[in-house]
Amino acid sequence: MSSSMINTQPRLSHEFDVGSVRQDFPILNTSVHHQKLVYLDNAATTQKPQAVLDALTHYYQHDNANVHRGVHALSERATQAFEAARETVRHFIGARHAQEIIFVRSTTEAINLVAGSFARPRLKPDDEILITEMEHHSNIVPWQLVCQQTGACLKVAPMDDQGILQMHEFEKQIGPRTRLVALTHVSNALGSINPLQEIIHLAKSRGAVVLIDGAQAVAHLPVNVSQLNCDFYAFSGHKLYGPTGTGVLYGRAELLESMPPWQGGGDMIRSVTFEHTEYNDIPYKFEAGTPDIAGVIGLAAAIRYLENLGLGPIHAHEQTLLHYATERLSNLPGLRIIGQSPQKSSLISFVMDGVHPHDIGTILDGEGIAIRTGHHCAMPIMDHFKVPATARASFALYNTTEEIDALVSGLNHVTQWFGK
Amino acid sequence: MNELRDLYQQVILDHYKQPRNFYRLKPATHHAKGHNPLCGDEVDIWLDIQDNIIRDIGFTGQGCAISTASASLMTEALRGKTLSEAHQIFDEVRAMVTTDTQLTSPAGKLMVLAGVRQFPARVKCAMLAWHTLNAALNHQTKPVSTEQT
Repeated sequence: MSSSMINTQPRLSHEFDVGSVRQDFPILNTSVHHQKLVYLDNAATTQKPQAVLDALTHYYQHDNANVHRGVHALSERATQAFEAARETVRHFIGARHAQEIIFVRSTTEAINLVAGSFARPRLKPDDEILITEMEHHSNIVPWQLVCQQTGACLKVAPMDDQGILQMHEFEKQIGPRTRLVALTHVSNALGSINPLQEIIHLAKSRGAVVLIDGAQAVAHLPVNVSQLNCDFYAFSGHKLYGPTGTGVLYGRAELLESMPPWQGGGDMIRSVTFEHTEYNDIPYKFEAGTPDIAGVIGLAAAIRYLENLGLGPIHAHEQTLLHYATERLSNLPGLRIIGQSPQKSSLISFVMDGVHPHDIGTILDGEGIAIRTGHHCAMPIMDHFKVPATARASFALYNTTEEIDALVSGLNHVTQWFGK
Repeated sequence: MNELRDLYQQVILDHYKQPRNFYRLKPATHHAKGHNPLCGDEVDIWLDIQDNIIRDIGFTGQGCAISTASASLMTEALRGKTLSEAHQIFDEVRAMVTTDTQLTSPAGKLMVLAGVRQFPARVKCAMLAWHTLNAALNHQTKPVSTEQT
């Protein structure tokens, strides 16, 4: 990955035709406040391609039934599509077995599942959970709950002022009592990509189990959980161009088998009497109740869409956008970029002198430009950089350099509104 | 863009850049703290109330243009007012930024806050200082949060 800046408006890769990609996303033709929508809030959620919308409609029009239950034709079809989606996800993240893929509601739910079913029953007083300073609240709070419940303690590995994890500090913090290391693949508030290979090797060589929060990674980088050798990997469907309400927990089969069920109910059992219940095999042991069948089928359609374009070309396109935007935003007077790791995903967090991020967001919205403003559910990151909030523009495969020009023009208007 | 002009009127930008009564009262007879966890805005309202009259009022904290200007305008409007006048102004401002109600009290300058009406996401910014004022007048000790109402 190159960190060099591109000085002129770049020519985008030949293998990636953003104009034709944009045709696949009907919402991009929407107007907001009589202006063409410029959607730069992709780290919050991505828009959905027609292929995903079609998959949802097709399922409800032709196949809708409950899964793993009926003997009738629709139930068979729904079950087949649902299980095919599991295989699609397995292949997408390079897991060895489809049974290592558990469908949940979100990344948050995936992490809570591991907290409740893996960590809580095992951890003892003075055991340690190690996270980093750049975690989303959903990779902080579940561990705080586990610590309250078990007497374990939460350790935090610091980052530097560029937003880079301090590896020597991280290494020092992994001790003999470290039972679990939980960290993000890509920071949602800074964009920093963590060196997972090195981190996971280190943590596992000292006997810790490793969970990766992949919410901000899977749409932007090729991910292979077998090569990474992590124990758990969590991500959401809706940040991956799939429907909301879908998420995935990958877990190593041996670990999943050793964990008690998380929720009780239908689908997660083999037999039930009032005296005794025998649990189902993985992954079903962790999928109590009717899942979001349509959502999961839509997620598989999203993954096929991405695989068809190729994560490599997508990554290259987004890095081009990132470097172009970094160059242009750096030249705006009074603008400071928060998070300057050379290894960054395609988002830029920033603050402007004398203007609160909320006011930046409102003025840009008036021009049809959607960005996120606030603490991004990462208040410890805001504390580190001593800002109450930031503005964040995050880019996806359908964004263009022209849209970044629109952002820059909008930011110039912000400066005009708030200028002397 | 006209709505934006209604929101960011000169008076608002002026009070944001140069907030009035931006100080902590020592001693204060009444005080409360307000917080908007969604954007990190924080405000402290300090009052000196004698014989049911607001002798002095100041605020400290940090926030966006709307919340800062609203706090600043509020302190100007309330100095010297009786408590019942203050409650009436609070009710009128709340009605003005959430509905189409016009302001009728003498505190006419507060009219500039009416532009917020068009921006539902920003109503909390405009009301933060006012809810905090209400808490201070009621000697509420728990900090006010925009996410608890």
